[in-house]
Amino acid sequence: MNDGVINIVTAGLGGQGVLKASDIVADVAFRSGLDVKQSELHGMSQRGGSVSSDVRFGREVFSPMVPSGVADYLVVIAPDQIEVNRHQLRPGGMLIAPDAVDPAKLTNKKSFNVALLGVLSRHLDFPEAVWLEAIRAAFPDKLRAANVQAFALGRKAV
Amino acid sequence: MLLDMSDSKRVLLSGDEAVALAALHAGVALGTGYPGTPSTEILESFSEIGGRAQWAPNEKVALEVALGVAFAGARAMATMKHVGLNVAADPLFTAAYTGVTGALIVVSADDPGMASSQNEQDNRHYAVAAGVPMLEPSDSQEAYDFALRAVEISERWRIPVLLRLTTRVCHSRTVVHPRPANPPPRTPFFERDIRGRVMIPAYARLAGRRLRQKLSEIQAWNETCPLNRVVAGNGSLGIITSGIAYMHVREAAPEASVLKLGMTYPLPVEKIRAFAAGVNRCLVIEEGDPYLADAIRAAGIKVESQPEMYRFGELSVARVRRILAGDTSPEPSPIPGKPPQLCPGCSHRNVFEALHKLDCIVAGDIGCYTLGVLPPFEAMDSCVCMGASIGVGLGLRHVLPPEQARRVVSVIGDSTFVHSGITGLVEMVYNPPPTGHVILILDNSTTAMTGHQEHPGTGRTLEHEPTGKVSFEELGRSLGLENVFVSDPSADPGKFERLLQDCLANNQLNLIIARRPCLLIAGKIKEYERAANQTCTAALGEPE
Repeated sequence: MNDGVINIVTAGLGGQGVLKASDIVADVAFRSGLDVKQSELHGMSQRGGSVSSDVRFGREVFSPMVPSGVADYLVVIAPDQIEVNRHQLRPGGMLIAPDAVDPAKLTNKKSFNVALLGVLSRHLDFPEAVWLEAIRAAFPDKLRAANVQAFALGRKAV
Repeated sequence: MLLDMSDSKRVLLSGDEAVALAALHAGVALGTGYPGTPSTEILESFSEIGGRAQWAPNEKVALEVALGVAFAGARAMATMKHVGLNVAADPLFTAAYTGVTGALIVVSADDPGMASSQNEQDNRHYAVAAGVPMLEPSDSQEAYDFALRAVEISERWRIPVLLRLTTRVCHSRTVVHPRPANPPPRTPFFERDIRGRVMIPAYARLAGRRLRQKLSEIQAWNETCPLNRVVAGNGSLGIITSGIAYMHVREAAPEASVLKLGMTYPLPVEKIRAFAAGVNRCLVIEEGDPYLADAIRAAGIKVESQPEMYRFGELSVARVRRILAGDTSPEPSPIPGKPPQLCPGCSHRNVFEALHKLDCIVAGDIGCYTLGVLPPFEAMDSCVCMGASIGVGLGLRHVLPPEQARRVVSVIGDSTFVHSGITGLVEMVYNPPPTGHVILILDNSTTAMTGHQEHPGTGRTLEHEPTGKVSFEELGRSLGLENVFVSDPSADPGKFERLLQDCLANNQLNLIIARRPCLLIAGKIKEYERAANQTCTAALGEPE
């Protein structure tokens, strides 16, 4: 069942770009021809509360939600959301915490979410070009350069 | 990309976007609804990809407009969250009697687990109660396919069809392969059908019988239609399921035989009977109420159902595993995250500070401002449904001892006021309490909680274009109210507090409009206004 399915949980607070980061991961897997499911909850989450989003990809994915304790990767944008979400990780799963990237080195501090994707990208089997395509598709012209810079920064940080 | 219809194209869409794409491909002439999580994005997306979409003041009006479109022979879609269908239930029940000439799709987006709702009602009961066929997709592909099917079923049997989604289907993005579109719709044309559409008792008695005849034909069709399918397993365990629960079941029990029901009213009873007879143990797994289990048992088919504890909240792979194992031990409670709160700088904060300070009894309503119930304000005493703040506030005023009655305030947002507050305002004028009353409209010029949708009080359409605008102060005055005040609570919080205090003390009827645009949208509103002015200037021509 779900053989070879990779599970990634992105977490943080409303307004930090949790859903945007998760959208990009899903898009990368989608562009690579895999079956993908991404789950997120909107609504009350828009008011600064905890937000998390699941992405699952592989040959065939059933449930859109990553079962607790099964995540291969947990990307956390807000330091105080690490403990809230740690139970999502499987034994041996990888936590990508906000201290993985120095925000002072970002062209635009709002691109911190994408910088953490740069870190994640080193552990996943997708070509860098596909990540860049997905990032360019996710932002309007004026924000592209800053996000590409953020991604490169995170990718180098590993 | 979205418009490419070739089979080789695949797109990654949310369930809401998939319904919108299907509506476009099906030639839906008009989509209308009221914003409500998790349904809101259907109409926004439909508009973005080129469909004609409108926000209605509330779901009842939306469904009535959609019914008119369908009477004219065109294809219509009305979208709403689960509780919205309560508001639209009146037209729904009788639209089932009249039937339609074109197509009428009613989308109900239920919210099991209450990610953003005041209750967990299961709208599958509405299909049975009103007598309309119901389809339940389990992912975006099915949301797309079933929406197209719903149009076909609606036109073939001339009946409204309920497309019942849930939060996880609405908001999960999954892969969709668009299919060839439905045959094009007919050109709208009015054909008189007085006996079919004028529901006086003599004609309605016949219509009720016609409806049952249609449902019996649809049930027979559903026995063999491809909307319900069997995934073969090892034959020892059989699971009957529908919607998102199907996905959790496939993952939790890969060896089981599964009967996945796509059309869950009227149920394919014989298909279910045959499936149950072919497995050793047959279990019904469904999110929400035991709707399928009860109906299947009522048909005399022996099935097991899940323990009561699993009717609450969303299902998940882990919960389905527990159900399969018969585990009724207490479930681990999730680690609490950070709750949402009123944004820093939000003018609602000033309002709730004043309400808290004056120790008001607050009949509240549905919107961002419901967050006024949380610390540090804790300034809300009830929140029931859209518009209830006014009726509940008046009821409290009518019977409480005067010293308590004078503390009662009805607090309602601008979009909520348009949705269901206007009749409450009329009630206040018609049946004034002895101590008077205070209605406080928190007008932030948008439907903020659901993601900043327009409404009739903003004077802009769904696409943010200028249109007719309802003025709350003029409305109040036209009803004969003398005490109508407009105040910006953030500009001078002290002044706002004094105004509220005066109104509470005056034993009269008061309408206070606390007006300040939501700070998350203030910049956008300026852009819309600038664009509208430019269009206006262009239309008039440059001055010579």
